[in-house]
Amino acid sequence: MCLTGSESPVVVVLSGSMEPGFKRGDILFLHMSRAPFRTGEIVVYNVEGRPIPIVHRVIEVHEEGNKGNADILTKGDANLLDDRSFYANGQHWLKPQQIIGRAVAFVPYVGWATIIMTEKPIIKYMLMGVLGLLVITSKG
Amino acid sequence: MHSFGYRANALLTYALTILALMCTIASFSDNFNFPSPSVEIQVLNFNWFQKQPHGNDEVSLTMNITADLQSLFTWNTKQLFIFVAAEYETPQNSLNQVSLWDAIIPAKEHAKFWFQTANKGSNLRGKEFNLTLHWHVMPKTGKMLADKLVMSGFRLPEEYR
Repeated sequence: MCLTGSESPVVVVLSGSMEPGFKRGDILFLHMSRAPFRTGEIVVYNVEGRPIPIVHRVIEVHEEGNKGNADILTKGDANLLDDRSFYANGQHWLKPQQIIGRAVAFVPYVGWATIIMTEKPIIKYMLMGVLGLLVITSKG
Repeated sequence: MHSFGYRANALLTYALTILALMCTIASFSDNFNFPSPSVEIQVLNFNWFQKQPHGNDEVSLTMNITADLQSLFTWNTKQLFIFVAAEYETPQNSLNQVSLWDAIIPAKEHAKFWFQTANKGSNLRGKEFNLTLHWHVMPKTGKMLADKLVMSGFRLPEEYR
């Protein structure tokens, strides 16, 4: 967390909106810096009222001088329309404060373990049960 | 020390460590690639340029894009995401960047091309703007790279049409 400057340095891709570049189950490494956002960067942002952050590409930036205020528009590579309909009611632009990191590296497939455990909790409980049994029955 | 559980655990940890190491090396090998892409963009025509009811201007232009991006591909490249962005200044905003067109190039064979495309954006009369071709290298695994080529000197028409 300290190294990358972001509050959640690793995220799992949950939807197919950035295909074919990122598929469901890929893991993205995030980095946050004070540098201003530019088109083309892949950013992860939060929207009020949505629990899960969204990973999409910046397609428009309108920046007001050096004060750091900017209007940002994002879109998933595989989506036909931009993200305006995802933003909170009445909000036409994303603000830099809503962005929690930029994607800088990625590893394919590894995130599937997290997705399976979230979407089928029974597997999570089974795994915890097995680990618990191992702890109880081990001789060390 | 020789039970199945211990051995399976040791094997799994070792396998994951080696896999992580291989991913890092694959990504590192991309540093040895020195690309030399070439791009040319011509604006063929401003199709229309109108003032919208809610204050923004809307323009549609046809561009001809010729590029050779084959040198950007390495064995660790999954695809190239390229897009053309227009950059300009306005009185309220010191920097505006609008993406006009994008494409995904999945393989080296498709990386040498020319394209004719019609796009729109919101701009102002007589404005000077830069067209920049950006490319994002999305690797099979590892660090993502991005770079761009700026072409300046374009100008919007003085009058609406």
